[in-house]
Amino acid sequence: MSSPETPTDPPTPCACEGSACAPGDAPKSRFKPSRRDFLLAFGVGLNAIAGAMVGIPILGYVLSTFAKKYDLRRIELGPVSKFPEGTTTLASYKNPYSREWDGAMDDIPCWVRRIKGNEFQIFAINCTHLGCPVRWFAESKFFMCPCHGGVYYENGDHAAGPPPRGLYTYEYKVENGELILMGGVMPTLATKNV
Amino acid sequence: MIDKATKAAQGVFTWLDSRLHIAELWEHTAGHHIPKKSASWFYVFGSLTLLCLVIQLITGTLLAFAYVPSGAEAYTTLQYLTFEQPLGWILRGIHYWGSNFMVAIMLIHMTQVYLFGAYKYPRELTWVSGVLLLVITLGLAFTGQVMRFDEDAYWGIGIGAAIAGRSPGIGEQVVQLMLGGPIIGAETLSRFFSLHVFILPGSILAVIALHLRLVLSKGINEYPEPGVLVNRETYDAHYANILKKDGMPFAPYGIWKDLVAGGIVLMAIVVCALVLGPKGPFGPPDPTQIDANPRPDFYFMWIFAIAALMPDYMETVALLIGPPIGIALLIILPFINNTGEKHWSRRPVALLAVVSLVLSLGLLTWYGITSPWSPDMTGWRSAITPKQFLEHRSPLELQGAIVIQQKQCRNCHAIDGIGSQRGPDLAAVGTRLTAPQLTRQVIQGGGNMPAYGKNLTPYEIDAVVAYMVSLRPNGVPPARDSTLPAVPPSTRQAEKNQASAEGQHGKEG
Repeated sequence: MSSPETPTDPPTPCACEGSACAPGDAPKSRFKPSRRDFLLAFGVGLNAIAGAMVGIPILGYVLSTFAKKYDLRRIELGPVSKFPEGTTTLASYKNPYSREWDGAMDDIPCWVRRIKGNEFQIFAINCTHLGCPVRWFAESKFFMCPCHGGVYYENGDHAAGPPPRGLYTYEYKVENGELILMGGVMPTLATKNV
Repeated sequence: MIDKATKAAQGVFTWLDSRLHIAELWEHTAGHHIPKKSASWFYVFGSLTLLCLVIQLITGTLLAFAYVPSGAEAYTTLQYLTFEQPLGWILRGIHYWGSNFMVAIMLIHMTQVYLFGAYKYPRELTWVSGVLLLVITLGLAFTGQVMRFDEDAYWGIGIGAAIAGRSPGIGEQVVQLMLGGPIIGAETLSRFFSLHVFILPGSILAVIALHLRLVLSKGINEYPEPGVLVNRETYDAHYANILKKDGMPFAPYGIWKDLVAGGIVLMAIVVCALVLGPKGPFGPPDPTQIDANPRPDFYFMWIFAIAALMPDYMETVALLIGPPIGIALLIILPFINNTGEKHWSRRPVALLAVVSLVLSLGLLTWYGITSPWSPDMTGWRSAITPKQFLEHRSPLELQGAIVIQQKQCRNCHAIDGIGSQRGPDLAAVGTRLTAPQLTRQVIQGGGNMPAYGKNLTPYEIDAVVAYMVSLRPNGVPPARDSTLPAVPPSTRQAEKNQASAEGQHGKEG
């Protein structure tokens, strides 16, 4: 693979050493790559750019949901008269981020507690332990989770079992007799403002 | 005539072979030489796992004929596959049972490889690629559960998201990446479908190619013998010597055990599918149907159990860091334990590790299946109270029995084994706790019990406590406060004292 040396050349590595020098090639300048080296480097470089051109959109596509910020959106739950004072009832709303092919999944349940007047508490359905659906028992005034036995008080505070905190609570307001909550994001321990 | 036919066949083979090099390929693959003793029943589990994968690939591909991975339609197409598509139910059954068999047999394969020291020099990468195959297979198992897109799948994704949400700092972003948005929806199912049908099967085929290539190039592990140590300098010559002295081609001389075992496994899968059928689909993936009681398939039951039994403060660490550490330990195993004894009888620590792992995973799985920590959400209206726990009771005690039923106590407490195992059985609670202790427990809660203090009236608490004091076997006195002087050993006297103590407490309450 080494190129033939001429008497004037010192025995230094040839520019095309390691690449495909055909025997009999004329000796080349030390600093000048061979045509093949150049074309190889050109091919690699071209593909690096092309790879980036393909890769960036692919990564962007895959990671778009990772980077995106999903705000809590305004959701109307209906007239406050739907929720009798002193009760906790199951309500559901249409997911503001829903797709047409979501099927039944775009109906998101939540527990609405009307304390009195316009004073409410709106809890996410998800247990703060591992997200299972909690159930309200009006007789004992507890929320209970069927998975690992988490229990919460009427006001959402943690009562017993493995959950690390009380129920996720949505912000709400009452406008013209309509109950409005800020939701649409599946609450987990990482979610802010719930 | 026969000669002519043979000659013609030979001619065809020679023609094909000169182009396809079949004979050479055969020699390097199925016909490769193995140590005679390695043609053992212990060595069939690898090919059995591969067989299961082939079954999964075929049935999975065929299920995709009808399955539509759309949030709105997946459940309907599952029902169509199960009830209308001819033989759809049995294909679903084979796919479901095939996955169970695949995970189970893979774990047996791994245990055998570990106990036979096959991961040691020079087969480190065979083991590492096997660990990758385990991870991918579990990924396929989890995403496969989601393909059965029913209520369990919906809440199962929710559990996955809740675990992902515990990632420090980037929890929210990881959840969004997993769900394909801020909430479980159509895009969630689509990305799990892509994982289950394209990404993971593609990866598993690539890693299997590497795994098999390594099995062929480094040879199957010789049957270990106690006292024969692995030494990096001498092992290659040692192995070559075994092959030379005592080797034979895998096919046709070693393969018959794999064939027999394969046939049995295949039949077992089909029989399970025929007799037990496919799993689900259960209720539709409608989040407003909150009567769901999500449970994972058996391969993740142990995680479900850990999540219930682990102290709260360890949970996040165990759920997020435990699995990577476990996988990392498996991957570095062949590098920290590279030479030396292969036979299990000379590796007590290895044996102990396997026994304790099998016992703990097995027990956790069993606990996961029975899940005694799960309250029964219908216990309060479905768990009966046997007659002997109601007879000869005072009106106050009977009132207490009603309160216990009505206030969901039975969602957690069994009476005489009937009902949920979440809390202690109440059948003999009167022999364990005194009236003041019971009152305190009801009012303040504790352990895994919520405080009922604000949720019961004083009269209800009195009634409940009176009833619980009466819950004890015939002739057994009620529990006694050990800080007070012992009462005379007359049962009737003791009961009288207890009753008056209750009465006083009721007034205080």
